[in-house]
Order: sequence, then structure tokens, then C-alpha cells
Amino acid sequence: MRWCDHPGFWLGSEVLQNYGCRMAAGLGITLQLVVISVSLGCVAGLGLALVRLYGPRWAGVMVGSYTTFFRGTPLLCQLFLVYYGLGQLRPFWQDVGLWWFFREPFYCALFTFTINTAAYQAEVFRGAIQSIGRGQFEGALALGLHRWATLRHVILPQAMIVALRPLGNELIVMIKSSSVASLVTLFDLMGATRLAFSRSFDLSIYLYAAILYLVMVEIIRRLWDVMEKRLTRHVVVR
Amino acid sequence: MFSNLHLIGFGDGGWGWALLQGAGVTISIALATLPFGLALGLAIALMARSRSAVARWFATVYTTVFRGIPELLTLYIIYFGVQILVQRGLEGVGIKGFSIHPFVAGMVALGIVLAAFSSEVWVGALNSIHKGQREAGAALGLSKAQIFRLVVFPQLMRVALPGLGNNWMVLLKETSLVSVITLQDIMFIAQRGSSNTKEPLLFFATAAMIYLAFSLVSWWFFERLERRSNRGHAAFGGQTR
Repeated sequence: MRWCDHPGFWLGSEVLQNYGCRMAAGLGITLQLVVISVSLGCVAGLGLALVRLYGPRWAGVMVGSYTTFFRGTPLLCQLFLVYYGLGQLRPFWQDVGLWWFFREPFYCALFTFTINTAAYQAEVFRGAIQSIGRGQFEGALALGLHRWATLRHVILPQAMIVALRPLGNELIVMIKSSSVASLVTLFDLMGATRLAFSRSFDLSIYLYAAILYLVMVEIIRRLWDVMEKRLTRHVVVR
Repeated sequence: MFSNLHLIGFGDGGWGWALLQGAGVTISIALATLPFGLALGLAIALMARSRSAVARWFATVYTTVFRGIPELLTLYIIYFGVQILVQRGLEGVGIKGFSIHPFVAGMVALGIVLAAFSSEVWVGALNSIHKGQREAGAALGLSKAQIFRLVVFPQLMRVALPGLGNNWMVLLKETSLVSVITLQDIMFIAQRGSSNTKEPLLFFATAAMIYLAFSLVSWWFFERLERRSNRGHAAFGGQTR
């Protein structure tokens, strides 16, 4: 018996005995999707925010349209646009040697989630950087720091504290939204749950999935509380 | 892609009207969910601030659960779950063939989620209203319900508006999920169109543009509404959001 068969026996749930391992595998896929896309999106989002704030005007406008598009349309629609829509350009992808990427639902979901969360995180970083007082920039200038050093040593450390909470929220939102990956034939936690339900018609499987999602979200929430407390210990009570 | 633009047109073999109808369904379900979700959210917010420990506990559990599980899961639980439970109940009394309309299931599921998110906004807004306002209302001899309706609520809306605007934007995008329970919204029509014509890029791009148009109109509308509701209130630091 594998480890993932155990919970079903402890709880005496037949459906969980039969599909426990599929659920566990699905949980793994969900975690991979979320962790990879949010990490990549974080780097991309920070870059986009900096371009929008300090880049040339045309680049700022482009980043603005990018964030507006991805924040203004549903993730499901974006996912279908990438998986089915870009998949339609198969001859082109084969020519440029990228078909292996756009053929796989996993990579498509990963790609879509990354560019989606990058747009949201770009807005978070932009807001955080803008919330830092002018005096900080002027002080750094007076000390003779050049632009990059100002950003790296003065502005970003402060902005990150402001961005921490919204970034945690974004992570939670991504965990929840990643469930739409199940709609492009991917067996993430939601996909495995749907499969189990469609075969067993046992509703309790949805409740077990709900508990798993809740546990993930609660862990992140607690973790973020601890992180925030630790990172703001030098700040006087606000 | 561009050689097939007639597919989304309104002429022969065009999906224009179908897409417009889908857009109508999307807007209808979002608008139908809004009052239900906001009212339930306000009720949860009042519970969260109530003196009764049971009510507070209920509000905490409610918001934790429905903010923590995916909307898609809530939708499935409501659509299949309630259906099966009611069917079992009705079979006991001999009635067969009960089914929930997807529109109702979608509305309830999205409304439950909206309530969880909007209750946080309502709580924040309720906390921002000074205690003196209620006390002054009581001093004027108003009943508790009157104080809420005539004194607290009008001030509440102004503070809650930006948050509720966000809730609306999220709701609008979440409605795309109801296509999985066969409600014929934009996404459903786009899926059907793309499988009929083998032009998914065209159809999903069109769907995205329709959602984007809705979002842009909503952003513009809420900006105006906020500016209007902030008349006569100096915004500290120039920022109201």
C-alpha cells in the first residue's frame, strides 16, 4: 500500500481509498503550477513595474496595455486562448521548434498563469514603489547614489514590505485560480477530483478537495503573518 | 485568422448574434449575483461585528471557507451537490427528475463567494464609521434599524465603494466559470463556435475582447461613481483608494 492510500483507510472513505493517489498526484501538479508560475511571475512583474515607472514612455504604455488586458479578462479565457488558440498555429510552432511547448496542457497552463500573475504582480510592485515617499529618492540623490543603487538599496527594501501582503494574496488567488487548469485536460487537484466524482458520484470527494485547498491557503496565510511580523519588527506600531 | 473575420460577423454563418447573446448572459448573471452577494456579504459583516459569539464564529468560518476554496469547486459543489441532495430528498417523497437551472446554480455559487469577499469590505467600512454617529442617532430616539438605515448605511457606501468595485471586477471575470455547468455565456459560445469552425484563436480572442470591454466600462463607471460619492470630502494625501 502506498502512502497516499492511507488517508482513505483512516477516514473510512471508499472514494478516497480509490482515488487518494490520484488526488495526491493532482495536488503535486497544482503545487508545481502555482510555485513555478508565481516565482517566474514575481521576477517578470518586478521588471514590468520598473519599466512602467522608469522606462521610456512607449514601453510604459505597452506595459500598461499588457496589465490592463490580463487584469481585464478572465484567466479561463486566457488559458483557452493559449491552449486552443495558439495551438491552432501548429505549423508555425513546428517551424520555430516550439510545438513541444504549446502541445502540452501543462506548459500552456504554466505559461498562461505566469503571464497572468506577472500582470497582477506588476501592479502590486508599482503601487508599492509609488507608496515610498519622495524624500527617500531625494535623500539617496543627496548621498550621491545613482539610480540603480537608489532602487536596490533604498527603495526596493522598503517597497517589498509594502508589497508583501498583496503578494501573499496573489499567491492565494493563484492557488485557487489554478483549478481552471483542470478544464484543459490537466489532472491537477481539481482535475483529479472531477475525475473521481465523475466515476464514483460520491460528493464527499469535493469536500476532501475543499479541505486540501483550505489547508494550503491557511498555511500560506499563517506563513505570511509570521513573515510580516518578522520583516516589520523595526517599524514602530502603525 | 483575419481571413475568417466573417465568422464573428452578423451575416450568414456568422456567430455575431450568438456571441452577443452570450455577452448578455454574462452580464445578466453578474448583475443578478451582485445584489444577492452584496446583501449576504453585509449580513455576514454584521454577524462578524455582532455581540453573539456564535454569530461571530459563523462569520469567521464562512469567510475562511469560501475565500479559501476555488470558485470552480464552490460551483461544482452547489451544482452537483445540491442537485443530488435535493434529488435524494425528493425521491423519498416520490418526485423524480428534479434539476437546478445552471443560471440559478451559478448565481448562488458566485453569490456565496461574492458574499465572503464583500463581507471583508463591509467590515472595513463599518469600522470606519465613528461610534459617535450611532450614539447621536440613539440620542435622537431612532431605533437600531433606523440608525443603520438612515445614519450608518449612507456613509457606509462611500467608504465601501472602491472595495466593492474590485469585488464587481472579480465577479465579472468569475462568471466565465459558469460555462462549465453549461450556461451559455460568452465562454460557452466561444467554445462551441471554435469547435464548429476550427478557429479557436479567433473566437477566444473575440471573447477576451468582449470581457475587456466590460472591464474597461466598469473601471470607468466606478471611477466616476467614486468621484461623485466623494464630493465634499477632502481626500487626504489626494488618494482615495
